[in-house]
Order: sequence, then structure tokens, then C-alpha cells
Amino acid sequence: MSNVPEELAYSAEHEWVSGEPDAGAEVTVGITEHAAQALGDIVYVEAPRVGDTVIAGEVCGELESTKAVSELYSPVSGTVTAINEGLESAPETINSDAYGDGWIFKVEVSETATDLLDAEAYAATVE
Amino acid sequence: MSDATLRSPLHDQHVALGATLVPFAGWEMPVRYTGDIAEHTAVRTAAGLFDLSHMGEISVRGDDAEAFLDHALAGRMSAVALWGAKYTMLCTPDGGVIDDLIVYRRDWDHFIIVANAANKDVVVAELGARLEGYAATLEDISAEVALIAVQGPRAEDIVARMCTRGDDDIRAMRYYSAANVLLSGDIHAFVARTGYTGEDGFELFVDSDEAAAVWALALATGAADGIVPCGLSSRDTLRLEAGMPLYGQELTRETTPFDAGLGRIVAFGTAAKPRGEFVGREALLRAKVEGPSRVLVGLVGDGRRAARAGYPVLDADGVAVGVVTSGAPSPTLGRPIAMAYVPPTLAEPGTVVGIDVRGRREDMTVTALPFYSRAS
Repeated sequence: MSNVPEELAYSAEHEWVSGEPDAGAEVTVGITEHAAQALGDIVYVEAPRVGDTVIAGEVCGELESTKAVSELYSPVSGTVTAINEGLESAPETINSDAYGDGWIFKVEVSETATDLLDAEAYAATVE
Repeated sequence: MSDATLRSPLHDQHVALGATLVPFAGWEMPVRYTGDIAEHTAVRTAAGLFDLSHMGEISVRGDDAEAFLDHALAGRMSAVALWGAKYTMLCTPDGGVIDDLIVYRRDWDHFIIVANAANKDVVVAELGARLEGYAATLEDISAEVALIAVQGPRAEDIVARMCTRGDDDIRAMRYYSAANVLLSGDIHAFVARTGYTGEDGFELFVDSDEAAAVWALALATGAADGIVPCGLSSRDTLRLEAGMPLYGQELTRETTPFDAGLGRIVAFGTAAKPRGEFVGREALLRAKVEGPSRVLVGLVGDGRRAARAGYPVLDADGVAVGVVTSGAPSPTLGRPIAMAYVPPTLAEPGTVVGIDVRGRREDMTVTALPFYSRAS
């Protein structure tokens, strides 16, 4: 059973969002522990670049494990303000600390997100 | 999980070890216990323990057992010595591959065939259809037999120490041969020096009822050697690095052994040692003479994005000319590796081809198989 922290918001595509996803605010995005476990050891992350525009529900990168590859979706719309450069040399951080040092990118939200799931609702989708 | 899903006799052990279980060929099997790369690396450097109970085991007995197998299979099983083993294929009359198999000779009139889980019923049915006229019996013993593999440089020492009788036979055993041993706990095992990882290793055939005891014995005996339980995910990257084909990917009914670069497994016989008719002979001889229209090659990438099964292989003009059959980031090489069918004109090592990786071209270089060979 994977961990689903109460304080985060979630997308149906297994991303988490830290911070209020309101227009003008900056949020941090990663993938859930459930998604990381399903992929297995992640060996490569292709994140969006700083300055890229991302759109909620659309593909913005990919995650590769020895077993499989998975697309990375943005859970919010906005402009990318930072990417986790530590993942370039240590992508496995997503497996070991999905909700902490394994964050993937930060976004300045352009449009308040209204369709994210709370922890309980997300946990129900992966049971 | 449907009612028809089969469970290994080691199911409880997998659950207790925290394995991630996935549906595989009608079975629920561990894909990993801790992590794919740690499991892969353990096999390359120490030892890994695999539950292969999903594999099919078929017993062939009788005075005509070897004559029957010579007729039914692409290889010549009559040439296999007692306690020997041979990699072979069951082919259609058109030369297509129904399954790849390992055949073990347990006695002069007794062979054990190991088939892929997904193909076992088809293999049993096809062998049954070829049995007519031969004084031999065919028995599916898959449910009674558990198959457990110990693979890696520490495997010989671990398996020898698991034995109360026959440890010398384990140490002296050559690749692709086998012996009967007695394991600690008074457990009879048929042990072969075979595997699917590119490392030295052994496969232990035991009664299903004794699988849990053998599994526990292997983990306890190999603990100091660093033995690690390994799932299907690491098994796949290990066999890919070793350049070994997987049925359903490199091998299908639409491929001949010659397409897959495995024509050597087809025995046509020689003037000195002629071989009679066997199923697929004419088609296979034609495939040999004509040469394959496509060639199975190894590919190594410089980038990070891996080719995966089904991705198109592109020529210099971006035209799809082949297809990837298996691909993954190689844990040992640290680069993407793949196997693919390409036209003979692109099969020369050093040739650069493109792979359509989800809409973006990644270049990979044709390389000789295997990607990895253990130091011997």
C-alpha cells in the first residue's frame, strides 16, 4: 500500500501538487508513490523546460524505468518556473522520495485548477 | 483477478517478501520484490533466486521417445547424452516457431521438456498431434513440478551447499547438463546448469509440495553470498543483455529460427549422420538456402530514451523498415539496448539506424549480440 499524503492534491494521471493551485501561485509537481512503484526503478526523466507553457491534463514529459515508459502529465496549467536538476544524475530519487526530493517541476499557475483530487479521492482510485 | 488465474506454490512466500505481483501468461507472478536494478545487479555480481513455476514441464517417456522428439522438434534429441540438455524449437510445417524449448534427457527413454508458460497448452497439443505411430507417452507435469532458478557467479557454491548428496556433481556439472541430487531436508531435485540470465546458474526441478522448503533453503544458504529474490522484470533485462530471445517478441509463428539468427538449432543431418524427416524440414531447408529477408540485430543507443517492443526502425530517410522486438535501458551498460528485425542491408554492426520513440527519432547503432557476456 503506497503513501498518499493528506496535504497534497492529485491528478487522475498520478501527479501530486503541493501548494494552492490558484492563478498566480507557484506549485510543485511530482508523481505519486503509487506511480513510482508501478514503474519500477526510474532511470530517466524528461521534464518540461523552464519557461515552457504546460496545460492541465496534457503530456509535458516522460519517465523511463528499466521495465516501462510512462508519460508525464501536467496537473495544472501555467508556466514552468523550475525543474529538479538533481533528477538528471539521480532519477531514482523519485522512487526513494516521491513526495520530497523527488519533485519534478514547479509551475506558476495561470488558471486556477478545479478538478484535482484530494488525498482520499485519489487513494480510492489506486486501491 | 479471475478464477482461472494460476498461483505458484510459492505465492505465500512472494506475498511475505512484499513482492509486486502481476498477471503473466495466466499466472499471478512477482514482477519485483525490492527494485529491478538491485535484483538485476545481484544476479550479475552475486546470486538471484527466481520462481519459474509458471513454466510448463512436459514428460516424454517410452521406447520411441527419442525417435518421436527427433520427428517433432527442430533439433536432434537423439544426439543428447544422458543427463544432457538442448535448446530447441517446436516449429510449424511452414517453419514458424510455435515455442522455444529446453529438452533434458533424464534417462534413455525419458525426456523433460520445458516450455513457455503462455505456450504450454499449445505445445502439449501440438506434440500430442505428432505422437501418432510412436511408442511414447506424453504427460503434462507442470502442476506437480516447481522450477526454481539460482543464477549468478555465487550460484554454484550456493547450490552445492544446499545438497546433502551430489554436491560434487553440482561443482563438476557442465553448462547444459543435469544431475539428480538430494537437498537438505531430504528433498529430491533434478538440477540442471541452465538459465536465462547470461550468468552461470542452475535450475532446480522439485515437487510442488517441496517448493517452499527449497525456496527457504536457497535464501538461507545463500544469505551470506548476497542471494536476492528476483522478479520477472529483472529476468527480462538480464536475458535481453544476454541476447536471448523471448517467445512472443523475437520468436513468433511468423519467424523461422533462421530469421532469429538461431538457424544452428535446426539439425538437417549430414552425410555421415543423416537425419530423417521432421516437421518443418522442407520449409526450414528453404529458409536456410534462401537466407532471411530480415535479420535480428542488437542495437545500442547513445541517448537516454529507450526503444521498446513494437517501435518502428527507420532508415536514413525516415522510412520504417523494421521493428523493435525488445528494448530497455540496460542496467549493466547504462545505455538503452534493444533487439530488432531489420533488412539485411542494415544488419552490419556499426550501421546507424533510427528508432521512432513515440514520435521522435533516436539513433541507435547495430551491434553484435550479446550485449553482455560474463567473464569465464
